[in-house]
Amino acid sequence: MSTTVPLLAARDLVKAHGPTEALRGASLELRAGEILAVTGASGSGKSTLLHCLAGIVRPDAGSVSYAGEQLHTLSEKRLSELRRTDFGVVFQFGQLIPELTALDNVALPLMLAGAARKDAQVRGQEWLERFGVLGQEALRPGEMSGGQAQRTALARALVTDPKVVFADEPTGALDSLASEQVMTALTHTAGEQGTAVLLITHDAQVAAYADRELRLNDGVVAPQEVAA
Amino acid sequence: MIAMSTRHILLGLLASGPSHGYDLKRRHDERFPQARPLAYGQVYTTLQRLVRDGLAEIDATESDGGPERTTYRATADGERELTEWAREIAPPAPFVTNEIFAKVVVAILSGGDPDAYLRAQRAAHMGRMRELTQVKTAKGADLATVLSADYALNHLDADLRWMTTTAARLTTLTAEVDTA
Ligand SMILES: Nc1ncnc2c1ncn2[C@@H]1O[C@H](COP(=O)(O)OP(=O)(O)O)[C@@H](O)[C@H]1O
Ligand SMILES: [Mg+2]
Repeated sequence: MSTTVPLLAARDLVKAHGPTEALRGASLELRAGEILAVTGASGSGKSTLLHCLAGIVRPDAGSVSYAGEQLHTLSEKRLSELRRTDFGVVFQFGQLIPELTALDNVALPLMLAGAARKDAQVRGQEWLERFGVLGQEALRPGEMSGGQAQRTALARALVTDPKVVFADEPTGALDSLASEQVMTALTHTAGEQGTAVLLITHDAQVAAYADRELRLNDGVVAPQEVAA
Repeated sequence: MIAMSTRHILLGLLASGPSHGYDLKRRHDERFPQARPLAYGQVYTTLQRLVRDGLAEIDATESDGGPERTTYRATADGERELTEWAREIAPPAPFVTNEIFAKVVVAILSGGDPDAYLRAQRAAHMGRMRELTQVKTAKGADLATVLSADYALNHLDADLRWMTTTAARLTTLTAEVDTA
């Protein structure tokens, strides 16, 4: 184990949705620049964990600390600022805004952060190119293939140069070759930028792009085994 | 049914033209980077047998001052044999004689901890899958490397899926025993 302070740490997270205990004491650490895969059966609490880590959902118990700050002690204002500047999120479902073009979807986070539309579009274009979405910048999400939409969503999550990207099943609906393209683009870009990635997937071949894997079983992180 | 063998691989390599033993070994090792490298002795013995069986023949013997080098070529029979082998359907083998399967069954029978074994085995599988993913995505990886890494990745993935289902079944099974 590295002695460096983790960038993001969750301790004993508990979160129920009504009667369903989605998280039952989940703990993990993410180091700066690290790509960590979280795998587990569907319903094991992966998305709920991601939402708690990214400060989108408040856990019922337990804590999340990011760069030395406890998320639950932050004001809503400070928390949403942090989410805008330091975090990028790719949601499992319905991530892109259907009315906007690919380019406007990617440029939007920059404009929300105060960039002029023109500058935001120039940078958005660069990011679409990095993810191999060329000549499709004028398409709306409904007109794109699954792979194009996923790559657009990743470009949007990375465009603000965040410290952490949270990606929830970014290859969920893709075939193996499209998954490979998405994962190659994500890991190369994250590597270049030193971005940490929390990658949720149920696919071991996708998890193999990460530096490390944690398994979630019924809302708890499984004990770590040392590989032989 | 014709089994997979060094014979067919050498015949396959000879299909692109006459070649000598060392060259065949080198091309084999390049084409099948994840396979065990061929021993030169094995190449030589196999070539002798192909000649004996009329599937290959000596093309030329050169000695350009240095040691003698014999080049071989496939015969018409050899080409036929190769075509037949390439067309032959491989048996969809049920790989249940696998060591992982045996260890899980033994752990269950002997009251061991199959769950801990499955977790450790998963970690080892994932480690190997990470290596293969790096090999496959490295800049300049050629098609043979990518295809063989894909092949290995898909088989390791199949093991993992079986292991995941087994771990889930063990939980159900334990619950049934506990409530009985
Ligand atoms: N908004 C919600 N309302 C009610 N139940 C929910 C909600 N979100 C998740 N759950 C339940 O919580 C459990 C964990 O869900 P989730 O975190 O989405 O798991 P995963 O992403 O691993 O599939 C599941 O049983 C799911 O049905
Ligand atoms: Mg989910």
